[in-house]
Amino acid sequence: MSLTQLGKGDMPYQVRSLYRNLLRNSRQFAAYNFREYAKRRTRDSFREHQNETEERRIQELMQKGLKELQMLKRQTVISQFYQLDKLVVEGGKTGEQKGNEGGIVRQKDTGWD
Amino acid sequence: MSHLAPSFARQAVRIATRRYPSSAFARAAPGAAALRSHGYRSYVTETKPSNATVNVETAIKADQKAFLEETGKRPQDVSMPTTGMAADAMLSPSAGILKQATIMDEGSRPIYMDMQATTPMDPRVVDAMLPFMTGLYGNPHSRTHAYGWETERAIEQAREHIADLIGADPKEIIFTSGATESNNMSIKGVARFFKRSGKKNHIITSQTEHKCVLDSCRHLQDEGFQVTYLPVQSNGLIDMAQLEAAIRPETCIVSIMTVNNEIGVVQPIDEIGKLCRSKKIFFHTDAAQAVGKIPLDVNKSNIDLMSISGHKIYGPKGIGACYVRRRPRVRLDPLISGGGQERGLRSGTLAPHLAIGFGEAARICKEEMKYDTNHVTTLANRLLNGLLSLEHTTLNGDRERHYPGCVNVSFAYVEGESLLMALKDIALSSGSACTSASLEPSYVLRALGSSDESAHSSIRFGIGRFTTDAEIDYVLKAVRERVTFLRELSPLWELVQEGIDLNTIEWSQH
Repeated sequence: MSLTQLGKGDMPYQVRSLYRNLLRNSRQFAAYNFREYAKRRTRDSFREHQNETEERRIQELMQKGLKELQMLKRQTVISQFYQLDKLVVEGGKTGEQKGNEGGIVRQKDTGWD
Repeated sequence: MSHLAPSFARQAVRIATRRYPSSAFARAAPGAAALRSHGYRSYVTETKPSNATVNVETAIKADQKAFLEETGKRPQDVSMPTTGMAADAMLSPSAGILKQATIMDEGSRPIYMDMQATTPMDPRVVDAMLPFMTGLYGNPHSRTHAYGWETERAIEQAREHIADLIGADPKEIIFTSGATESNNMSIKGVARFFKRSGKKNHIITSQTEHKCVLDSCRHLQDEGFQVTYLPVQSNGLIDMAQLEAAIRPETCIVSIMTVNNEIGVVQPIDEIGKLCRSKKIFFHTDAAQAVGKIPLDVNKSNIDLMSISGHKIYGPKGIGACYVRRRPRVRLDPLISGGGQERGLRSGTLAPHLAIGFGEAARICKEEMKYDTNHVTTLANRLLNGLLSLEHTTLNGDRERHYPGCVNVSFAYVEGESLLMALKDIALSSGSACTSASLEPSYVLRALGSSDESAHSSIRFGIGRFTTDAEIDYVLKAVRERVTFLRELSPLWELVQEGIDLNTIEWSQH
């Protein structure tokens, strides 16, 4: 079966959709380390199981992935509530704030500002 | 839209008037008048009939006016009368929520490289804990209602996950407040229990143990116990022959940590366990840094007591566990007595959300151990190779028997504390967090036989599940730059560059 013939109900389509969804949600983490981990973990686990053939096993993994997706959706929202400064590895070091809503929560040497 | 509402209202009024003709209201009025005419006295004056009916014309006009006042307002500027939230939050929840969040750009937060002190809580752990911090608040020891049962079931599941991770039975896991309490409970508990029978009063531990083990032993010394602090070899491992020689007939417990928190060496616990079992001595190991990171099996290694910490395995702080073997039974004198929870060894109500988070963290650690180990090893090798490529740097501790996530490197001719200050954009430590407040050189490194200078100039890098490649690259670049900079400042470094051995110099006295 070629790719173009696949419909929405087919397993390969569902798997790819889950993969896209997981990656899309992973990017929503406000914290750098969690974001990078979620992306890396998603990629690696799909790659690890790309040669699965057994129907039952694929179903199991899909269920697991869907559960993780739900968790991801909840946790990314929470993560966006409590945003902190970006890490130094995440680009510039200017510490500028864009927009005029809310105040930056910034950590000084002496502790919480 | 604006013209729609008044016309609708008008229509509704028309229907109403058709259904209840005004004569229906009018008929009631003569009745009231009749009552009055009959002479009943009343202190309540009757309302005028016009007040009780709706004046259609005025109502429509007032509605129209109110409607026009509301037009043109943006949803984000209006707050809902019921909840006080912005109206756009009612239209689309995420839009309203995100407006409350702060927008950050290009921050300056240091990157975290101190995974031995503590680890960030995994979002999956937070997700497992949240229900128990909001709705499911039952006391797990309540046996009379469903609130208690559901919490207890979740806790038992968490206990199972932790037991699975170390190959134990769930009944052998005792929840405590952390590894420090577990260590205290194990060492003091066993020692005090044996003291009652009066024979055994000797404890063996090593010089590189965590402060809480050493301090517990110091306390027991005051109570009349004898303690042997085993020295370690220069690679940080204990010598099995020395341990065997130190064992006496009255030895009751041997306490050696699995993975050292400062230098990351893995002690030969299998051999120690076998030796202790053959001599019928209890073996306690502080595995706070090892559980979930290296494969452990309490039955294979003959461990009788084991301390586990929640916040070192991406779980919450404030919870730990103590493994207490049941067969052969380990008898303890409990530190905390009370309601008899946790087999009577640690009374007090459990913290369900912490225990459940801890259990979830243990489950994840077991599931992901292979993946995490691969990741940590790759990063550690990269970091280690990069750091050791600088001149005059040495790795502390054994290179082979080593947990890769803990890299302790000495930078000669650089003050450790000044390097830590120079590396402000990286969260690092020169030793354990408990002793980071003092400027004393680390006692662990001194026990390895390092000189004061070398112990002073060492820094510990902790790598974990959430460390990324970019962070390692950043650290390598930063360390390389700043070590070079600090060495340029140092007159000692100048002498070394000129080829003078610093030990030959006779410093003049002031």
